[in-house]
Amino acid sequence: MDKDNAPQEDAELKALSQALHQLYDPVLEEPVPERLRARLVQPGRWRLAALAAGWIALGLGVGIVAGWQLHGWRAMTQNGPNASSQAEVPGFVKRAAVAHAVYSPEVRHPVEVGADQEEHLVAWLSKRLGSPLRAPKLEDVGYHLVGGRLLPGESGPVAHFMYQSKQGTRITLYVRTYPAGNNETAFRYAAEGNVKVFYWIDRKLGYALSSADVGTDDLLKVANTVYQQLNP
Amino acid sequence: MNDADSIVELIPRLRRYARALAGDRGAADDLVQDTLERALSKFHLYRRGTDLRAWLFTVMHNVYVNQLRASRPAATLDDDMPELAQPARETDALVLRDLDAAIRRLPPDQREVLLLVALEEMSYDEAAGTLGIPIGTVMSRLARAREKLRAMLSGLPPGGGKQLKVVK
Repeated sequence: MDKDNAPQEDAELKALSQALHQLYDPVLEEPVPERLRARLVQPGRWRLAALAAGWIALGLGVGIVAGWQLHGWRAMTQNGPNASSQAEVPGFVKRAAVAHAVYSPEVRHPVEVGADQEEHLVAWLSKRLGSPLRAPKLEDVGYHLVGGRLLPGESGPVAHFMYQSKQGTRITLYVRTYPAGNNETAFRYAAEGNVKVFYWIDRKLGYALSSADVGTDDLLKVANTVYQQLNP
Repeated sequence: MNDADSIVELIPRLRRYARALAGDRGAADDLVQDTLERALSKFHLYRRGTDLRAWLFTVMHNVYVNQLRASRPAATLDDDMPELAQPARETDALVLRDLDAAIRRLPPDQREVLLLVALEEMSYDEAAGTLGIPIGTVMSRLARAREKLRAMLSGLPPGGGKQLKVVK
């Protein structure tokens, strides 16, 4: 072939191109499967994922907090919106929302240790966090444990449990430790884009329950169950 | 339009290329999904203002090559290729199916070049950039791919290849 020939000027290639279009162009008209659109059609989630990806690539938390502030945290108490200000949302809640946005869409590697090794998972995470943990049983509210992973938190390791419903919607529970035992908060609610978070701090442990796909009322129901199980 | 919308708009194009590259629908959509996942996680590497489609095709190329490495590639033709037995055929649809089958039998690196140039209508330069190879390699792979297609499809009976002047 002549090096100066543009591909378009080659008649045989043109015919081949036409045949290929005839063969494969029908794909363009097919409806795009939902699984391919799922992660992209929710702008809030997309931004989260993009931010989180950059953050993980850097291996540093620098920058993400500023990014979060730009997108504006909306925080409210359980009973009504806007009851608590942005500044009151603890850092771990933001990290929990990012972790949810990063891991919950995972198809192949949603967790490090699966629910089939639940005992090992809980023992391992308890050991790393230096505090006895439990993975709540959420079957009564329609969720089963997928597994969990260890994540870096603001000041040390944190535990991340993932739950899934029969329909495939996912909820994650993020657990961090506090050195002092006098922290305590009521149930609180925060949201960024599509990720809704109920969080509370109970003595040495802070909990954040996140979901993008579950309605606030349903998430609250799960949060109550988690709370009751962990504080009998 | 935000980045997500721009990518969503390009999904049909990614699916078309993947279908031609990977064959069946399930495998092709898996390839698209893996490509989108990887594009999301690597989006900070995308340089704004550059061609998003070309960037996504590069991501898909990398995902595809990794998949090929992970699994033994399907039987493709080396340069000593056997004659392909050609059953009688009646319609253009069958001819197109033959073309599909013939493309499937090309070595993946040649198939990619052929599809980028002939289906995606990229210039040699764009194809070279997308695949990360020199332009000369694009041209030689394309030439080899066309040679093989010609040979594979040359068994067509007269009249059957109406759509495919290609095969002469």
